[in-house]
Amino acid sequence: MAERYEIRFSGAGGQGLITAGIILAEAASIVEGKYAVQSQSYGPEARGGASKSEVIISDGPIDYPKATVVDACLAMTQVAADKYANGIKPGGLLLLDDDFVKNVPEGDFRVVKIPIMRIAKEDVGREIVANVVALGAMIALTDVVARDSGETAVLAKVPEAFLDLNKKAYSLGFEKVKEAMEQ
Amino acid sequence: MAKKVALMQGNEACAHGALYAGCNFFAGYPITPSTEVAEVMSVELPKIGGKFIQMEDEIGATAALIGAALTGAKALDSTSGPGMSLKQELLGYACIAEIPCVIVNVQRGGPSTGMPTGPSQSDMQQAMWGTHGDHAAIVLTPASCQEIYEETVRAFNLAEKYRMPVQIQLDEICAHMRERVEFAEPGELEVIDREAPSVPPEEYKPFDDTKGLVPPLAAFGSGYRYHVTGLNKAADGFPTTKAELVDAEERRQIDKVMLNQKDIQKNEEYLLDDAEVVLFAYGSTSRSARYAVNELRKEGVKAGMFRPLTMWPFPDERIAELADQAKAIVCPEMNLGQMVREVERVAKGNCTVAHIGRVDGEPINPGQIIDKVKEVL
Repeated sequence: MAERYEIRFSGAGGQGLITAGIILAEAASIVEGKYAVQSQSYGPEARGGASKSEVIISDGPIDYPKATVVDACLAMTQVAADKYANGIKPGGLLLLDDDFVKNVPEGDFRVVKIPIMRIAKEDVGREIVANVVALGAMIALTDVVARDSGETAVLAKVPEAFLDLNKKAYSLGFEKVKEAMEQ
Repeated sequence: MAKKVALMQGNEACAHGALYAGCNFFAGYPITPSTEVAEVMSVELPKIGGKFIQMEDEIGATAALIGAALTGAKALDSTSGPGMSLKQELLGYACIAEIPCVIVNVQRGGPSTGMPTGPSQSDMQQAMWGTHGDHAAIVLTPASCQEIYEETVRAFNLAEKYRMPVQIQLDEICAHMRERVEFAEPGELEVIDREAPSVPPEEYKPFDDTKGLVPPLAAFGSGYRYHVTGLNKAADGFPTTKAELVDAEERRQIDKVMLNQKDIQKNEEYLLDDAEVVLFAYGSTSRSARYAVNELRKEGVKAGMFRPLTMWPFPDERIAELADQAKAIVCPEMNLGQMVREVERVAKGNCTVAHIGRVDGEPINPGQIIDKVKEVL
């Protein structure tokens, strides 16, 4: 893994993207014992408007705790895609919910599209797990932590009654991206 | 057994550090970006028989802190700029009455209400001089979640050992970012408790310095009765205007800190041995500075970093040495020039001293520091 790998989850406030970032940081730093820093946009914009959560993962100590140019970016909304696509490293990755991002930003990055909200709503059965679908998708896209580590971190976070729901959401997100990447 | 580890915010790490140090009392009033300290304490203190009080305002909170500390409690209070401004009078009271307690200031933009959600380091001189009158201050500036945990323990130790308020200055970035924190096992980190009197109650004088610069402090409720006041006082705690007593008392309260600097000072030196340019950086800004040092070294620039963990008392001696060694000291701070004043004072013109200030609510990034270093060299 690179010395410093930066991931941004962006979308609308209330979509659970800060939680997705926290779980990814836990998968990296608690489950796998790497170094990770998670931070988030904070303030009025965290509710309703654009929301973002950033995770930096490294094999060594992390100095600057904020994202610089990210290796991978998730955009759940058109607003987020427009705002953050230009913050991706050359040759980086952009993951989109293509039901909501119709105008795909152009740039020197690979675009991978899956309908994250629709997968959560129709295939898993609950829209609220869209962030876990997104997390599985991001881990499949980046390989920044092992698939099992992500799942362990998800399951450690959710109440027992929702274990199966979240497990399914995580797996579907992971697999849909793997399929999309093969195309 | 594997150690307990968790991903947590700097503010949460601060609260857990306080609990490790034996903190059993919290009084505060919620304010962004410090509120998570209070949140954790409100959950954890009742479990261990401690007390959490949300007071009517920040002034009341510090008053409660002082009262609790006088009964023997290890007491914590957290706030941000506007709250810290309100606390200044009682902070001075804790200084003159020599009351051990810990106050956390998670700095945000200011003055006044400023920018509640933006990071800042603009209360650094306030931490020293915000309360009126001559006094000493101990102020700590940790920079990672693990360090916040451990430095909060040290803050309590210093408060107890030197019988005085200790301030922890965080900034919104360190306070809200999440990192892995490893909890210390009992006994792993030193925990100091204040010295109790060795004399019977009838012989006790709360400010008797015949045995040292820090008089033992009796807990109210333990059978010792004494007088506590914000006035200058004699050894028995009652007010005095006798010139020689007032003078000795004022000087002792500063001496107890300034003559023990070796014990109180703590800093990190990063690649300073051959450094021609020294970055003086603290809190979250020191993380940008470390990134900048590494980048500059790749380009062959002999850069290093001096990072104070104890900001006050200011590390005069070491900065003076570095000013002799280096061509320049560069001070990035999220303010318009605060600790750079101290660096300039101590450097006495022996090297170039430059400042990078930022007050727009955004962090100082490594690129800004690298540009400034190249400009001054």
